[in-house]
Amino acid sequence: MSTLHTVNKSPFERGSLASALAHALPGDAVLLIEDAVVGARAAASKTAEMMKAAMPACSLYVLGPDLSARGIPSTDVVEGVTVVDYPGFVDLVAGHDKTQAWL
Amino acid sequence: MSDTKRFLYVNRKAPHGTIYALESLEVVLIGAAFEQDVSLAFLDDGVFQLIKKQATTGIGVKNFAPVYRALGDYDVKKIFVERESLEERGLSEDDLMEIVHEDDEEEEHNSIEIVDRARMAEIMAAQDVILSF
Repeated sequence: MSTLHTVNKSPFERGSLASALAHALPGDAVLLIEDAVVGARAAASKTAEMMKAAMPACSLYVLGPDLSARGIPSTDVVEGVTVVDYPGFVDLVAGHDKTQAWL
Repeated sequence: MSDTKRFLYVNRKAPHGTIYALESLEVVLIGAAFEQDVSLAFLDDGVFQLIKKQATTGIGVKNFAPVYRALGDYDVKKIFVERESLEERGLSEDDLMEIVHEDDEEEEHNSIEIVDRARMAEIMAAQDVILSF
């Protein structure tokens, strides 16, 4: 029973990413979408450390079109975090038993 | 019955400032009619939803807090509250309203169980469906 956790709010504004990572179990995936993608930048050390601590037990992903929309190049993303497109998002949903949205 | 699914309603927001808490409660009550295996989780600011003595007349909104105490009548008997979320907010179990349900012998049992973060993660992992509010 693995879960895909989605986070859609900036980790600089809310605690959703921290909560999602604190409740994700080994084998789960965490996908940053919408405003949450601003937290995927390697240069933001606090959030970057939080995500690195969750890996490799959990796999981390970020939605590319949301990065592009916010002017964040995929080269700026925390190492180990995989950039996915919309079909990749669908594959993640289909590849896990359920999806949990951290609103 | 094999088509019974485990439903978890996850509540992470304080009441009254947004519609999430009330909407969650409405969906729980509607969902209760479908005889599924229902649990409720309260974590992060969601723990404020269960605080005693909420008085909303001053802000002109309906106080739906008493409805939580009726959940037992809808066969909703499993309410999990995260200990760390309470502690981070300076709250304890004593600050929460009492929510009970009756067993077949009409004996009352506490519906609220305080669980730590690790247990909460296990509870979430064990569900078929998670509805987030």
